[in-house]
Amino acid sequence: MTAKSVLVLCGGLSAEREVSIRSGRRIAAALADNGHQIQVADFDAQLLSRLKQDRPDVVVPLLHGAEGEDGSLPTMLELLGIAFVGSPARSCRLAFDKPVANEIVAAKGIRVPQAVTLPQRVFRELGAVEVVAAILERVSLPLIIKPTRGGSALGVTAAHQVSEVAPALVAAFAYGETVLVQHFVSGIEIAISVVADGDSATALPAVEICPDGDAYDYRARYTAGLTEFFAPARLPEDLTSHAANVAVQAHLALGLRDWSRTDLIVDEAGVVWYLETNSAPGMTETSLFPQAAVAAGQDLGQLCSALVRTAAERSLNQD
Amino acid sequence: MAQVGSRLDPWVHSYAARTGGMTASEIRALFAVAARPEVVSLAGGMPYVNALPLDAIADTVARLIREQGASALQYGSGQGLPQLREQILDVMAPVGIHAHADDVVVTMGSQQAIDLVVRIFCDPGDVVLVEAPSYVGALGVFRSYQCDVRHVAMDEQGLDPNALRTAIADARGAGKPIKLIYTIPSFHNPAGITQGPARRRELLEIAQSAGILLLEDDPYGLLGFDGTVPQAIRSEDADGVVYLGSFSKTIASGLRVGWAVAPHAVREKLVLAAEASVLCPSHFSQYAVSAYLSEQPWMEQVAAFRELYRERRDALLAGMESAFPKGTHWTVPQGGFYSWVTLPEPLDATAMLPRAVSALVAYVPGTGFYVDGQGRRSMRLSYCFPDPERIQEGVRRLASVISAELDTLATFGPAGPAGSGSTSSPSPDLA
Repeated sequence: MTAKSVLVLCGGLSAEREVSIRSGRRIAAALADNGHQIQVADFDAQLLSRLKQDRPDVVVPLLHGAEGEDGSLPTMLELLGIAFVGSPARSCRLAFDKPVANEIVAAKGIRVPQAVTLPQRVFRELGAVEVVAAILERVSLPLIIKPTRGGSALGVTAAHQVSEVAPALVAAFAYGETVLVQHFVSGIEIAISVVADGDSATALPAVEICPDGDAYDYRARYTAGLTEFFAPARLPEDLTSHAANVAVQAHLALGLRDWSRTDLIVDEAGVVWYLETNSAPGMTETSLFPQAAVAAGQDLGQLCSALVRTAAERSLNQD
Repeated sequence: MAQVGSRLDPWVHSYAARTGGMTASEIRALFAVAARPEVVSLAGGMPYVNALPLDAIADTVARLIREQGASALQYGSGQGLPQLREQILDVMAPVGIHAHADDVVVTMGSQQAIDLVVRIFCDPGDVVLVEAPSYVGALGVFRSYQCDVRHVAMDEQGLDPNALRTAIADARGAGKPIKLIYTIPSFHNPAGITQGPARRRELLEIAQSAGILLLEDDPYGLLGFDGTVPQAIRSEDADGVVYLGSFSKTIASGLRVGWAVAPHAVREKLVLAAEASVLCPSHFSQYAVSAYLSEQPWMEQVAAFRELYRERRDALLAGMESAFPKGTHWTVPQGGFYSWVTLPEPLDATAMLPRAVSALVAYVPGTGFYVDGQGRRSMRLSYCFPDPERIQEGVRRLASVISAELDTLATFGPAGPAGSGSTSSPSPDLA
């Protein structure tokens, strides 16, 4: 199955629209270089009729944020019986909801920073001061506060003292109704991309992230030059191996397929902490997955082309 | 020796200092969503070009290529097409400017004219006095030339004379050279305010007595809703004012044709700077504008635009009146594209933007119109592009967002610095 016709889906209505479009353009070009006939489409009201009419051999969803990672799009593609690269709907839903993913991963013995998840109404109805005080009894400062769903560090803020907690909560609630208040683990930030073929998942080299400023925020992520990356990460071999194992375990525990990227922190004691897993990893010029592919000596286009072929074959087998 | 990683940009250490602020931002990411049709965008300053006689323009342009293509598609003069410069004199007559075609320099939109003026006058650190708030596109130019931009307060009549005198005294007291006073006297972007004749005269007198060049930006002057056209400051002083005009709002922004009217010595330098920058403005666009002015009833079209924008302004004002919470204030523009809205304490329009975009409505937060972090409680609402029904729907959505944000802040208190952003490099449709 050559999977000649490929539809790359990008854009969408989430705050990560621009990132998604950049990811989509890059992968579309890389797949075209590998002989696929590429079309690019947005996630909009015309999409379903287009999918029904064109029936591409494979869809490559590169939507970030809600429509792309909450399982909506895979659900529709599964309903239409169209092959696609990436994870099934249920797994996307699990990975996209950070508290749910944390629980699943922690159940596998992976270390996850202590956290509390609460919707805004609880703060409103019980009183923010009291709720924050209760949180701080369980989760110690410093904190990282983020929307439970979403990526690209949008709405994510660190709070190093109590007075910074409320503003950080407000910033997170601007992006969603529920927040994850998590202990902030300082250490070496790494991202490990996983490529899978069936039950066999392989970790690509870890990418170490060293932003110039305090945080690997939206600006640091998408402005080339503001962050220094080391691929492979400057970690001892045993830690590298352990972190890779954590990423693969997370990928498998969440039931993910084809590709994922797991973000981790390695603290001073050498403990590897799980932060989150992305079922539709970014593919922009500054994204981590492509850097990992290069570090592994792989051509991004060939890697994606192989995943496209796998998706097509999977579809044939299901038929 | 420490290991060196990759910064994904081999030229990261080669950039000029002035590029320091050119970074990705959350705010720009949110504006990318605003381009989707599901979103009611009250953010963009896009003129409603759909109202143009597009078939007639197509015929005009086709004939232009057929009959004058060899000239229209060739390089042209750095100062601009002579026949268009003559026509620009007619366009400026309603604002009271009587000049010679030699005084006119055609530019690629008045945005390029701002760039050229700053290029020939300002060294890094020179002071430019601007209104508070001021046009985001001009602020971007001033910053790119590393000017010391200082905001001067406005009142309901526009730039405040006393505040201007104080700002001049302060800068001079600190030994700083003041090169320009930049003002948008008619239907201000973003404030929606228009300076009256007395205010214009007083500001001109201040500039004259201080020996500071006044840069008058007037893209909206013909778009007063009652049909009266404010007289340009330049109509009172040919030597102390550089006047900027534009066809972006009266014909089409995509043509990128604007102009500057400047004293002769300044004009000579503007032409040389323009040639160094782009050789010449688009010859084809100039021919197209010239043909449009010759063949189409352009003043009637401007009158149609005025009526269209007045209707949309009314829809915005009516919507805000009925839906916005107590304590919200806004300006009532008598022309142009924008109303400046100030939210009740302790709302922060920048922090609120993600919630608004999630609710499928967009605006430009006030901080984008300042270089110094002011404007957090404010937003610019633009009524030029969506139709009245969409505007009212957008205002309803925005009212819900404001209500939800007030609820959040009642729970937690002000947002503070978290979630902040900047519109320092706006996309063109936001300018």
